[in-house]
Amino acid sequence: MASFSTTATVDDPRILLGDDGIAPPIRGDGGDDGSGPGLPDYATRLRRARLGLLVALTPVLMLFVSFSSAYIVRQGLPTIDPRTNQLVRDWIPVTLPRLLLINTGVLILSSLFMEMARRQIKGQVTLASETSVPGVSAGDQTRIPWLSMTLVLGLVFLFGQWTAWRQLAANGFYVATTPSSSFVYLLTGTHAIHLMGGVLALFIAGIASLLGHSVATRSIVVDVTAWYWHFMAGLWIYILCLLEFAS
Amino acid sequence: MASHEFAAQESHAHEAPQGFIRKWVFSLDHKVIGLQYYFLALAAVFVGMFLSLLMRIHLIWPTATLPLLGDIKPETYLTLVTMHGTIMVFFVLTTAPQGGFGNYFLPIQIGAPDMAFPVLNMLSFWTTFLAFIVMIAAFFVAGGAPLHGWTGYAPLSALQSAGPGEGLGADLWIISIAIFCIGALMGALNFITTTLDMRAKGMTMMRMPLTCWAWFVTAILGLLAFGVLLSAGILLLMDRNLGTSFFVPLVTINGQLTGHKGGSPLLWQHLFWFFGHPEVYIAILPAMGMCSQLLSVFSRKPIFGYKAMVYAILAIGFLGFMVWGHHMFMSGMSPYTAFAFSIMTMAIGVPSAIKTFNWLGTLMRGRIRFASPMLFAIGFVSLFVSGGISGPFLAQPLLDIQLHDTYFVPAHFHLIMGVASIFGIFAATYYWFPKMFGRMMNESMARWHFWFSFIGTYAIFMPMHYLGMAGMPRRYSQLTEVNYLHGLVPLQKFITYAAFITIAGQVIFVVNLFWSMFKGKKASDNPWEATTLEWTTATPPPHDNFGGKTPVVHNGPYEYSVPGAPRDYVMQSDPEIEPAH
Repeated sequence: MASFSTTATVDDPRILLGDDGIAPPIRGDGGDDGSGPGLPDYATRLRRARLGLLVALTPVLMLFVSFSSAYIVRQGLPTIDPRTNQLVRDWIPVTLPRLLLINTGVLILSSLFMEMARRQIKGQVTLASETSVPGVSAGDQTRIPWLSMTLVLGLVFLFGQWTAWRQLAANGFYVATTPSSSFVYLLTGTHAIHLMGGVLALFIAGIASLLGHSVATRSIVVDVTAWYWHFMAGLWIYILCLLEFAS
Repeated sequence: MASHEFAAQESHAHEAPQGFIRKWVFSLDHKVIGLQYYFLALAAVFVGMFLSLLMRIHLIWPTATLPLLGDIKPETYLTLVTMHGTIMVFFVLTTAPQGGFGNYFLPIQIGAPDMAFPVLNMLSFWTTFLAFIVMIAAFFVAGGAPLHGWTGYAPLSALQSAGPGEGLGADLWIISIAIFCIGALMGALNFITTTLDMRAKGMTMMRMPLTCWAWFVTAILGLLAFGVLLSAGILLLMDRNLGTSFFVPLVTINGQLTGHKGGSPLLWQHLFWFFGHPEVYIAILPAMGMCSQLLSVFSRKPIFGYKAMVYAILAIGFLGFMVWGHHMFMSGMSPYTAFAFSIMTMAIGVPSAIKTFNWLGTLMRGRIRFASPMLFAIGFVSLFVSGGISGPFLAQPLLDIQLHDTYFVPAHFHLIMGVASIFGIFAATYYWFPKMFGRMMNESMARWHFWFSFIGTYAIFMPMHYLGMAGMPRRYSQLTEVNYLHGLVPLQKFITYAAFITIAGQVIFVVNLFWSMFKGKKASDNPWEATTLEWTTATPPPHDNFGGKTPVVHNGPYEYSVPGAPRDYVMQSDPEIEPAH
C-alpha cells in the first residue's frame, strides 16, 4: 500500500544507493541548519519549525509555572523574629515602578510590529512563487521595515526593564531585601533573558537577509520568532499581573 | 529474500562529513551523537561504580586507608554518596537509554534520515558533556564535592558554610545540573518533533515499535520535568550566592545567624520531587520499551497486547507526575494529602502490572531463543518485579515512616530504577551492537557477564531489604560500632563482597565491547531476524540511514510467526500481510 508514486523494490535487505532504487529528488530534513543543498519543501519546514517551537515553549512555561508556585507558597510563609521569638511575615510588597506599564506598552506594540513583519514576509513567499512565472510582476512595493522596528522596540523594552531595576534599587529594594523583591528580580530577569533570545533570533533573521538566504528560509525564521515573541508578550502580561495582583 | 518497498527520499540536508572533527567530534549525525552519549554514559558509570565501591569498602572497614583518598571521614563518605547518586541518575540512567540508544535508533526505527534538528542534537550532547565535566570538577576544587545527597535538600545545600564541599563544590554541582537540564530539554525537543513529524509513509503511531513509544513519552516527561528542576536550581543558586531566602529558614550555624529567614526547605522538596519522580520513569521507560522489543523478537511472537502496552506507557508517564509527594511522607504533610499521594502511587502499579503480565504473556508458549540480549531482557523483567514489589510498601505512609531512611529504600530503588534500567542498557547493547558496529559480540563472554550481573545484583540488593527492615539507617558512614546493629555487620560484609564480584563481572562486558568492535564476528544485516526498520538497512547504517531512500511501512512492528508467511517474521517494510482467515 505504497502512497508515494516513486517507489522501488529491492530484493535484499541491504540497502545501498544505486541498486534499483529511484534516484531521490533533492529534499531533506534539517530543521535547524537551514542552508543545506537539499531542504524539504517550505510547508514541511515551516510545520516542523512551528512544532519545534511549540515543544520548546513547554519547558519555558514549566519554568514560570514553577516560579509562580514558589511565589505563591513563599508569600504565605511566616518566619520567626529572633528578637521577639514571635511568628512574623517577612513579605513586604514591592511597589512596582510605573515604568513597567510603559514597558508593557512597548512590548505589546513590538508584538504587533512582529506580526506585521511575519505577514509581510509570508506575502513575499507567496509572491516569490508567483513572480517566478514569466510575465508576472510583483509591481512596486513599499516595504515598511517591521522587523527592524520590532528589534528596536525589543531593545527599548530591555533597556526599560534595566531602568526599572535601577529604580527599584534606588527605592531600597535589592534582590535579597525581601522575598517579594527577590521574586520581582527573578521573574523580570528570567523573562528578559528569554526575550534576549527573541532579539537574537531577530538579528539572525536580519543577517540571513543580508547573506542573501532565500525568502522561504527567512520567512521560517521570522514566523517562529513571531510566535515566540507573542508568547513572550503574553508571558510578560502574566508576570505583571502576578506581581501586581497576587501580592 | 525479503522484498522491501521504498519511497522517494526525504533525506539529508547535510552531506556526510569527511574530516575527523566533523565526523566524530562535532557531528550532526544522530548515530554518531548516539554513540557519543553512550560512551559518555559508559565513562560515567565507571566513575559512579568506583565511588560505590569506596562506600562499600568504608562501610565494613571504616578505619581502612584507601589509595588516593586516605582516611575516609564521615563527610567524605557523604560526598561519595552524593556524587555516586548524581552521576548515576543523570549521566548514566538518563543519558544512555535515551540519549544513546534513542538518538541512534529512533530516527531509523521510524524511517527518518536524521533527527528533526541536527544542530540542536549536537548541541544537546556537548551541553551534557560540559555538564559532566563541571560535575567532575567539583571533586577538585577547594572543599571538594558537595555532601548534600543527590536530592540536594535545603538548607544543607543552600548554605555555603553548611559543611565541607558546600562551597564552590556545591555551586558546581548545581551549575552542572542546570546545564544538564538545558541539554536534556534540547534532546527532548528533538525526540518529540522527530517522532511527530518525521515518520516514514505508513509508520502510523500505532505501528511504531514500543521502543519509539517509550523514547517519545520519556521525552515528554523530560520536557515537563527538567524545566522545574532548572527553576529549583536557579532559586537555590540565588539563595547560596545572592542572599535570598527561598529555601532557607531562620537558621544558625555554630551559633551564628546566617542572615536568611522565612524560606521553606519543603518548597525545595516539592520542586525537586516534581522532577525527581518522573525522573524515575525517564530512567526506566526506555528500558521497558527496549525489553518489550527484545522479548517479542526472541520469543518469535508478537508482543502480547501491543495497544495495552502503549496505553500503559502513557498511563505511567501521566501518573508519574501525580505521585511526587510519596517521597515526602516524613515531612509532616497532612495525612489527607499523604493518603492522596499514596493512592496515586499504588495506582501506578496497575499499568506496571499490565506491562509485566504482557511481558509474561509474550514469553508464554514462545519459541524462545536464549541469546544474550534475551537473557538481559528477562533479567530486566525479573528485577523490575523484584524491585517493584516493594513499591507498594513504601507507598503507604504508615509503613514508609518505619522504612524511610533505612536500607530498604536504596534496596528498592536500586533494583527497580538503577539495575533494572542498566539491564535494559545491557540488553540493548547486545541487541544493537551488530547494527552499530557491524560485528557480533562474543556470546560466551556475554553469558558470563549476565550471570555475574544477575546473581551479583540480587546478592547485593536483596539483603539490603533485610538490613532496612532490621532498622539499619542509610547515609551513615560508620555503623560497625553501634550495638544494636552488630548482628548485621556480616550481612554488610556479604554485600560488599558481592559488590566486588559483580563489579569485576563488568570488566567482562568492557573487554567484550571493545574486543568485539575490532575482532568480533562480522554481522549480517539482520542477525536476529527482527522486523523493525533498522534491520532493513545496511550494517552499519549509511549516513542518511537508508541509502537515499525512505522505507514505506505496511506492517506492525511485531509480526512474528505469522500464519501463511514464508518465514517466521514479516518486516515492517515488507508487502502488507493478508489477515489469516
